[in-house]
Amino acid sequence: MAKRRFDLKALPGFTTIAVICFVALYLPIIILVAYAFNAATSTSEWGGFSLKWFASAWNNDQVIDATIRSFQIAVLAATFATIAATMAALATTRTKAYRGLTFKYAFINQPLMVPEIVTAVALLIFFSRIKVWTGYAGLGYLIGAHTAFCIPFAYLPIRARLESMDLTLERAAADLYATPFKAFRRVTLPLLWPGILAGFMLAFVISLDDVVITNFVKLGGQDTLPTYMLGQIRRGITPEINAISTAFLLLSILIVTLFFFASRKRD
Amino acid sequence: MPDKNAIEVRDVSKLFGTGDAQFAALDNVSVSIRENEFFTLLGPSGCGKTTLLRLIAGFDYPTDGQILLYGQDIAPLPPFKRPVNTVFQSYALFPHMTVGQNIAFGLEMLGKPKAEIEARVAEMLKLVRMEALKDRKTSQISGGQQQRVALARALAPQPKVLLLDEPLSALDYKLRKEMQIELKRLQHETGITFIFVTHDQEEALTMSDRIAVMSAGKILQVGSPWDIYDRPAVRFVADFIGETNFLHADVVSANDGRATVRLSSGKEIPATFPSGSSPQGKVTLVVRPEHARVAAPNGTSAHVGHIENVVYLGTDTHFHVRLDDGTPFIVRQQNSRNGHNGFAKAERVGIEFGQDVAQILKD
Ligand SMILES: Nc1ncnc2c1ncn2[C@@H]1O[C@H](COP(=O)(O)OP(=O)(O)O)[C@@H](O)[C@H]1O
Ligand SMILES: [Mg+2]
Repeated sequence: MAKRRFDLKALPGFTTIAVICFVALYLPIIILVAYAFNAATSTSEWGGFSLKWFASAWNNDQVIDATIRSFQIAVLAATFATIAATMAALATTRTKAYRGLTFKYAFINQPLMVPEIVTAVALLIFFSRIKVWTGYAGLGYLIGAHTAFCIPFAYLPIRARLESMDLTLERAAADLYATPFKAFRRVTLPLLWPGILAGFMLAFVISLDDVVITNFVKLGGQDTLPTYMLGQIRRGITPEINAISTAFLLLSILIVTLFFFASRKRD
Repeated sequence: MPDKNAIEVRDVSKLFGTGDAQFAALDNVSVSIRENEFFTLLGPSGCGKTTLLRLIAGFDYPTDGQILLYGQDIAPLPPFKRPVNTVFQSYALFPHMTVGQNIAFGLEMLGKPKAEIEARVAEMLKLVRMEALKDRKTSQISGGQQQRVALARALAPQPKVLLLDEPLSALDYKLRKEMQIELKRLQHETGITFIFVTHDQEEALTMSDRIAVMSAGKILQVGSPWDIYDRPAVRFVADFIGETNFLHADVVSANDGRATVRLSSGKEIPATFPSGSSPQGKVTLVVRPEHARVAAPNGTSAHVGHIENVVYLGTDTHFHVRLDDGTPFIVRQQNSRNGHNGFAKAERVGIEFGQDVAQILKD
């Protein structure tokens, strides 16, 4: 007789806990989205349906400016991080095991382990030195910092994909007269592509979302959308913040969905 | 020159691991494979067959020894420069390409002109009877069809040698039988030297021009299917291939490849022995079950014993005989129309050998 499978749902209180988790996760977001359409100036009293806070956000140059900057940084940082992560993943899966390989994993994943605030302070001190020496005051610092902490997130799906890939395929390519470069371009890369897309998407979303490191590293006038919102909240909340958050949320969902389907189609 | 060597393996060893855990996947292996030959590496799982193919293909390098391709040492050539193609056990078709693109891959990598590639792909598809499936993804075809694509892909660049690593082991019985015939036909039509790996002795016997029997990293015997089956050199080969009887005997005389041996029954019979050996003293003989007959005991019987079991198999009958010296002996006799030769369980019988059926083993 087949043994009955362990069923989590049979545990007492499972449903209750699940419901509480869902409510805790989504209820605040639902309220936030609802008040984005509030006609009143308060974020707690309902004054009727209106899109005026969306219009006000759209006409706020600072919001548009921060949004554009956020995307610039996210696109560049995610691209660099994905390239670096792809090379790191190839180096850690396509070479023979050697001394120091474990150390290398730890090294690549370092940003996952070091508290973000420590990294932030370290980068602040490091970059201010560089700024004194070079006089450079562009977006480069933010892009560099974002690239660094995005690498492990891009690395994980790419490595997972590489590890599940059949090495015999690359051997077959070599057997059929493909040089190592051609074997990579014609066989490894196309098969790795869904992993690369997933890595890029993760890195992109992580970069878009960052507050702590960005707040420390940014120079004057380099607000990203999250740091701009943080600044606004200190000055008192209007439903405009709700509207911006809602738009941000929709945009994120849209991007993640697009990437999801793009990587699915490749499979 | 009909006996030109396509591949020469010279004293090749391959060690894996280090220190105490070190062991030889190939232990001083030497073998020559002739041009246009269907050559089979036969041996149980883990005996080093795949390792030898990998060394020839260039996916790994020998610890010791040399491999020559038409007289040239191929050690300095990486796999993508060796005019040798492989049909992988898992097929290893590129999942992101169509059947046609898979077959074209090798030709593209060789930089052949487009028109030539197209013509050749069409030709290969026809050769393996897959014309209709050119634009299918490789995940949308059956296992047998994937096998054909793998073959076509490996044959398309016209390699000097084709390596096949247990290509039929994933197929079911009927398909395997079909593909055995198909492979023979392909080898004949293309004239390419095949090195075929299998652990199935029946497959090896039916398909090969010559067979190398391997065990534990060594090649024990190389010869035609007939040699391997009827003139096994060592016990492992005799045992691994088909059913066999082993008998104790004493050598009376041996020269010129012919010997006379005395059986434990006192009877003296002629026997053959492997070239290069000089049998003397106590030896082991092999006699195939179908090369002996049971009859009423008389003066010509090589051995006498009693029947322990009779197994009727339609085309023939197996008599399990216990000889008087205690040795088990199986006789396979073809059935005539009217039953099975009339011997029954517990009956005393004599064993008679045909001409030249006993072979003396080296070990
Ligand atoms: N890369 C390797 N590292 C260590 N041992 C290996 C390696 N490849 C094969 N072996 C060992 O070498 C022996 C022969 O393997 P293989 O050539 O694959 O056998 P076969 O193909 O005859 O079944 C086996 O014991 C196997 O475990
Ligand atoms: Mg094998």
